[in-house]
Amino acid sequence: MSSSPRLMQGNEACVEGAIAAGMRFYAGYPITPSTEIAEIASEKLPKVGGKFVQMEDEIGSMGAVIGASLAGLKAMTATSGPGFSLKQENIGFACLAEVPCVIVNVQRGGPSTGQPTLPAQGDVMQARWGTHGDHPIIVLSPSYVGEVFDLTVRAFNLSEKYRVPCILLMDEVVGHLREKVQLPDPATLEIINRKKPDLSKISHYNPYEDYDGDGIPPMANFGEGIPFHVTGLIHDTTGFPSTKPEVTEALIGRLMRKIYNNIDDIIDFEKYFTDDAETVIVSFGSPARSAIRAVKILRNEGVKVGLLRLKTIWPFPRKAFRELPSTVRNIIVAEMNYGQLIEPVEAACAGKFNIFGLNKFNCELISPDEVIAKVREVNKNA
Amino acid sequence: MRKSLERYFRTDKLPHIWCPGCGNGIITGALVRAIDNLKLDQDKICVVSGIGCSSRATGYLNFNTLHTTHGRALAFATGIKMARPDLKVIVLTGDGDCAAIGGNHFIHACRRNIDITTIIFNNSIYGMTSGQYSPLTPVGAYATTAPYGNIDRNFDLCKLAEAAGATYVARGTVYHVPQLIKLIEKALLHKGFSVVETISTCPTYFGRKNKLGSAVKMMEMLRDNAVSVKAAEKMSKEELSGKIVIGEFTNVEAPEYTEEYMKIIKRAQGEE
Ligand SMILES: Cc1ncc(C[n+]2csc(CCOP(=O)(O)OP(=O)(O)O)c2C)c(N)n1
Repeated sequence: MSSSPRLMQGNEACVEGAIAAGMRFYAGYPITPSTEIAEIASEKLPKVGGKFVQMEDEIGSMGAVIGASLAGLKAMTATSGPGFSLKQENIGFACLAEVPCVIVNVQRGGPSTGQPTLPAQGDVMQARWGTHGDHPIIVLSPSYVGEVFDLTVRAFNLSEKYRVPCILLMDEVVGHLREKVQLPDPATLEIINRKKPDLSKISHYNPYEDYDGDGIPPMANFGEGIPFHVTGLIHDTTGFPSTKPEVTEALIGRLMRKIYNNIDDIIDFEKYFTDDAETVIVSFGSPARSAIRAVKILRNEGVKVGLLRLKTIWPFPRKAFRELPSTVRNIIVAEMNYGQLIEPVEAACAGKFNIFGLNKFNCELISPDEVIAKVREVNKNA
Repeated sequence: MRKSLERYFRTDKLPHIWCPGCGNGIITGALVRAIDNLKLDQDKICVVSGIGCSSRATGYLNFNTLHTTHGRALAFATGIKMARPDLKVIVLTGDGDCAAIGGNHFIHACRRNIDITTIIFNNSIYGMTSGQYSPLTPVGAYATTAPYGNIDRNFDLCKLAEAAGATYVARGTVYHVPQLIKLIEKALLHKGFSVVETISTCPTYFGRKNKLGSAVKMMEMLRDNAVSVKAAEKMSKEELSGKIVIGEFTNVEAPEYTEEYMKIIKRAQGEE
């Protein structure tokens, strides 16, 4: 049964979604504007028999999350700004060792200590490329409190399904906003758990062997009676290090393929009034809310404008741009940074449209009026 | 090696990467003998290491093994132990891994008194990166990054562990193997955070840079400079200079972290 509607903060909805998805371990280090996630997790997790630990820093938090996941628990950490930087090395470990886990980044202004209490979207590129080396990663970004719940569940599901870290890229507005939310009946939620090795079919378990040919090796947990080795070194299918070029290429290739071969399952976006649009706004997170308002107002005036609201940021949903109708001439990318998402948009559009940035980097939310003004400016000049 | 010990090793992964005369094999051997003497359940053991020559030991050991990032083994191990308190979690770490980049995790794991056994392979140098000074390199010693002699004062890791809250703290050497095995056994049986610092030899980098002679000579130095905890009590600071005090320093009881957390769960669920 779904509970009655509640006034809920984005950060709280994140914990609710995580627990509904099966999170039973949280490790974190306090930082504004993500701290409520740790506080609420510390209260709610033991109630469901889960574990919470406040580690000595974000590096340790990320390590503990990976350890707990390898031991069989669905695990999450949350952070902001400087803390997200500190987590990067161990996020890379989770990518290479294929350890499911969820990392929440409630974005604040940066770089450095930046604007600790104010919203920004300056971590779009860091979420994709923050750790070193070629690696796959999934990044989701919610715009509403209710969607924070949904996308947190989805982050766990994708992470478990593809054995890849999944980043929930929020911003301070969505994290701290309170909205009326009707949480879904837990029984109606689709919950995905990591694929386990079928020991009746496998005589000797190789932890990184692609038994099913889908690029996703089945995952045993530590302490289940099948001892195996996990390392952050490039490894062969047995899990042991190798310096061979063919082993290196096979591993990196498979890590990428398991994501890119399933891109339609992973990407998620919403289209508003794009069918006959001449100008399309592209946005995500809290600025997308202002963009929706702007589209409604402009449509009332007869302006042919629409919105693409991206819920999956990485892998980048190129398909959304391929599907745009032939009426489209202009794209406006509205984001709270100096211009980050605009780069993959430009790459995806390959010169097909005129592309403009609506960039705000003063740590204030982009307002509907600002979106409207930008659309008018573009339509006048283009 | 005794045939009966082979089951603790991934013999197909041998030979190991360690240099001739390195003490890492002796420590790994002592650990396995301690586990065998205690008849611990092999499937219920999880061995976690950081990065360094010493941390490569996990690759050769036939348990649930995890080779993590540099300095972070204790953080990963904390997550494993919290998720599965029934597992015996053992951390293998070098002096640089534990005390430099991992120093923060080390003192906090001590403070929490989480039931993890940490074995420090202290060869007084960064072996893997070929001979830079570590927080355990003695003052005055030479290293590739201390060509004029090391001015960094070194830690006493046992005192550090004790002050930070570890409830079992001991030091052994790769020369005194029967004692080392006993110390590791006691650490494994101890409930709470246990630390066994093992003084090891790195003839390739530390030995060569400091003109200490052969691996055998370095072993003899361990023999000649070791002083028991008991004997050390009667010695002056001057007499103790350059000596290695070995034996048990701390063995006390204190609430263990994962057990305390189980009480939190009961409290949160209104059972207490
Ligand atoms: C973040 C990071 N910094 C630096 C290194 C390079 N590195 C690898 S091992 C090592 C030192 C290891 O020394 P120690 O812990 O004493 O172990 P030993 O090799 O002597 O056993 C360093 C600096 C690394 N792998 N990761």
